[in-house]
Amino acid sequence: MPVMKRRDFLKYNSLTIPSIASGIGVHTLSKSPFLQALYNEYVDTDKILVIINLSGGNDGLGTVIPLDIYGKLADARPEVIIDKNKLLKLEDDIAFHPSMTELRNLYTEGKMSIVQGVGYPNQDYSHFRSTDIWMTGSDADEIIYTGWLGRYLNLEYPNFPVDYPNDLMPDPLGIQVGYNLSVAFQGPASSMGMVVADPTWFYDLINDEIQPAPNTQAGKKLEYIRLITKQSQVYGEVITKAAAKVASQNSYPDTNLANQLKIVSRLIAGGLKTRLYMVSLDGFDTHDNQVITTDHSQGEHANLLTELSGAVAAFLKDLDSQGTADRVLTMTMSEFGRRIISNASNGTDHGASAPMMFFGNNIEPGIFGSNPNIPDNPTWEDNLPMQFDFRSIYHTVLQDWFCLSQTNLGAIFTQNFQTLPIVKNSPCISTATKEVNRKAGRSLIEVSPNPFTTYSKAEFVSDGEAIIVQLFNSSGQMIQTIAQGKFPEGKHSVTFETELLPAGNYFIRYQTQYFQQGKWLVKVR
Amino acid sequence: MNQTILSRPLIRPSLDPYQGPWSDLQIRHLLSRTLFGVRKADLVALRNLSMEEAVDILLTPAPTPPLPVNDYNRDDLVDPFVKWGETWINEPQPEDGELISARIVSLKAWWIEQIINQGLSIHEKLILFWHNHLTTLSWEVYYPKLSFPHFQLLREHAFGNFKTMMRAVTIDPQMLLFLNGAFNNKEAPDENFARELQELFCIGKGPNAGYTEDDVKAVARVLTGWSFDWEQGERTWFDWAHDEEDKVFSSFYGNRVIKGKSGEAGQQELDELMDMIFENNETANFLCRKIYRFFVYSEIDADTELNVIQPLAEIFRNHNYEIKPVLKALFSSEHFYDDSNIGALIKSPVDFLIGYWRSNNVQFPAGATVSNRREIRTSMLWNMSGQGQQLMDPPNVAGWPAYHQTPIYDKSWISTDSVPNRAITTDSFVYWGFWSQNLLTNVDLFAFIRVLDDPSDLNNMIDEVLLLTIPMKTSDVDKQRLKNILLTGQSNENYWKDAWLEFEADPENQMKRNVVESRIKPFFQYIFQLSEYHLH
Repeated sequence: MPVMKRRDFLKYNSLTIPSIASGIGVHTLSKSPFLQALYNEYVDTDKILVIINLSGGNDGLGTVIPLDIYGKLADARPEVIIDKNKLLKLEDDIAFHPSMTELRNLYTEGKMSIVQGVGYPNQDYSHFRSTDIWMTGSDADEIIYTGWLGRYLNLEYPNFPVDYPNDLMPDPLGIQVGYNLSVAFQGPASSMGMVVADPTWFYDLINDEIQPAPNTQAGKKLEYIRLITKQSQVYGEVITKAAAKVASQNSYPDTNLANQLKIVSRLIAGGLKTRLYMVSLDGFDTHDNQVITTDHSQGEHANLLTELSGAVAAFLKDLDSQGTADRVLTMTMSEFGRRIISNASNGTDHGASAPMMFFGNNIEPGIFGSNPNIPDNPTWEDNLPMQFDFRSIYHTVLQDWFCLSQTNLGAIFTQNFQTLPIVKNSPCISTATKEVNRKAGRSLIEVSPNPFTTYSKAEFVSDGEAIIVQLFNSSGQMIQTIAQGKFPEGKHSVTFETELLPAGNYFIRYQTQYFQQGKWLVKVR
Repeated sequence: MNQTILSRPLIRPSLDPYQGPWSDLQIRHLLSRTLFGVRKADLVALRNLSMEEAVDILLTPAPTPPLPVNDYNRDDLVDPFVKWGETWINEPQPEDGELISARIVSLKAWWIEQIINQGLSIHEKLILFWHNHLTTLSWEVYYPKLSFPHFQLLREHAFGNFKTMMRAVTIDPQMLLFLNGAFNNKEAPDENFARELQELFCIGKGPNAGYTEDDVKAVARVLTGWSFDWEQGERTWFDWAHDEEDKVFSSFYGNRVIKGKSGEAGQQELDELMDMIFENNETANFLCRKIYRFFVYSEIDADTELNVIQPLAEIFRNHNYEIKPVLKALFSSEHFYDDSNIGALIKSPVDFLIGYWRSNNVQFPAGATVSNRREIRTSMLWNMSGQGQQLMDPPNVAGWPAYHQTPIYDKSWISTDSVPNRAITTDSFVYWGFWSQNLLTNVDLFAFIRVLDDPSDLNNMIDEVLLLTIPMKTSDVDKQRLKNILLTGQSNENYWKDAWLEFEADPENQMKRNVVESRIKPFFQYIFQLSEYHLH
């Protein structure tokens, strides 16, 4: 018999991108007691960020209402202004929309804070662009191909996705609920997050059910494919186990957002090491019917804020009863606020800056920034000036909540932004644990020196497949190809010149037909 | 059997000509089953034809392809017999195993190239059908000089006469080596081919297949004398090896006796053997079931057997085993276009990968050399191999389980290995392209969208993409999610229109391009991960 050369198949059980409906791929976890101990210790002190995306552009002026300019506001937006008497007063000069009763209570209890006037310079009024700007953390005129959460996770888990999941990190790095996909979790080499389609997907998974198909020939095949696909969910087992650990949850309203947050709370209480969650509430694009003519305190915006308010309050209460509240910080975001003046169809058009909301036991309660002011006779061109750059918020969360150092922040954002005192001092994850995280998975490429000045050296492994190693700048443009082609099995190293590169952050990407890995580099003078 | 009857209550099993609507749904069904993938251009071409005209066009043989050439030389491996760019098919078999392997892989890559370049003809799919049916394993034969003519033989007879093809394959050197015919002689008869000729190629194991072990022995004896000349590298006949005794068959073959003959006359026994096998009704029945499973649906219930298979077999026999009339009747039938047969087969890896390649009109990267092109095809070969289907090398003589293994059939393509592999493949297409040796082949999603009628119209665009990718109606939930992805959660469809038109008016503008691209990527990723995308 001839000897056949068929070095063809997937040699590693790894995945390039955790796919939409999950990361798929099969992996059996072997747990050593030592690693288990480490894991348990880690879970108790880890912190979690939950982002609620108010998609469509939330009307800030109709959410957090500046009472000091109420008269001017009523003149500028007569079609949507809400009767002053119905507003929920927080402070002398500031009030909530009448639908936000539960949130006002949270504010009173010191579990909520607000940052006024968050936005960015040169506001883009397209939903698409502005969402991308918020998700990537770019400037208005800059294209960045990775998300801010993806870059953060890549820093913490640089080997992902090679040999993931593993003992050190058996769980998804980030979870996004919903199909309103964003680039927020996109890392330099692959998506760092997992997407849970919707609450149904989640309950099908943990209840071991599959989406039914019609009773036809094709339907029978579909059911089979769905069953096998479910069995291939790389994180299916850990999610099911985490969900099973939670005996009961507080009650939630039966709304889309509440259902999403209910799952998040369950996964947190079930011990997932996942740090980042993103959920969303769609429909804030209220060009018309933001309010109803006869009662401006009702309408689409009121319904959305009712849903937000009820869901967040239930979520925080549930976190309390699960004993996880101290570890969770929740915040809202929206791609922009809305126009100062209202339009004739009882709505508002795309605007600029708007307030962001923060919830949890570890936030500094209160209101940061001042009430917005508006011109005396505003036209459709006028928008609220920005007080804080949204990346200040990201910096704050990463530095004060996730304890990231200045150097590391520099790898995530191209510029520096001020931090705001919105997070209480609280213990950070130990450096030792961080070191452990860095080692999770298998490293295919290492670069030293790093930081570098005139040159550096990339060391990478080959299994005999074709490899390409490329250097990118921090906005994702390819700078140079460092190595390309088939390399014999084993370790290889290539020295590359960096003399002419401007100082700043770079990442190096290692790519084969089956996987990608990216590492951050820093060029210094 | 009872269970399958219950599972197919809606089907009208009948070979009556299809009279229903000839719309995109039926056209894409015909295209998907006879070609690989569904292309907009092919769909448009068939829209203006009647069903009968469409079937006739698809049943037209393709032009003869160019010969495979030396595209495999490399620094450390040079074929001493063939210059770069010239064909190796007439040159001697090299001794160097690396070189033999290089020729085998090159030949496989060559076939992939032919499949990708297929026109409106079922030809390549038919070759795959015959390859799966009259199986040989090229790595096992390890003689590419024989593999090429073997596949040429399948190509030549694909539309022709099954009896003629079966006779030719029986004494085809690749088959003589693969199933030991070359070593079959009167002193030590080798029953390997004799058994498979009946069990796998002609009679099958159906309820009426009554050939006996003695029949297997007798067939082996008939075929003694046919052998292989290793020095000349070609088929030969040895008088001395042929069994000159009479061969007596069982009642299944009507107790037929094939008179033993000596010398060259012994070769005539092969013709008598073919006559005997093709006079048996089971041969047509068996072949029609095989055709049905490959092109229509994996399971055959009693109703279908009676009202589709039997009439089809009747046509086969009446046309003296000409293949085309059978295919024509099948692809024109009410049964073929029955709603419940649409989308009811799971895509094979070749359907999955090459289908993707063709419907996305993926092109070689600019400046790709001959080597690069071979490397890209080779990477595709390994990719399909990783999914469970390596062309020219099925797992064994029975072919791929999808076409014969009861009760799993085409479900065998789907496993906890293949599902992630398929997802990784399509994810890579969407986000980076397709990797081979040194090159990244870009999969241009814009090219896919630009051929649509009106990409700026959100609903129209989604419907058309789904028409080209999914065989059945897509659920409202999935459609809504796809809309959500393109609209970033907004409900105003003009946001998509604006973004698309702005991009189209200024395609070099990176910002405008990025706005559209960052939405169509997850959009396509979602479609390619739908369970429905595995069906055709």
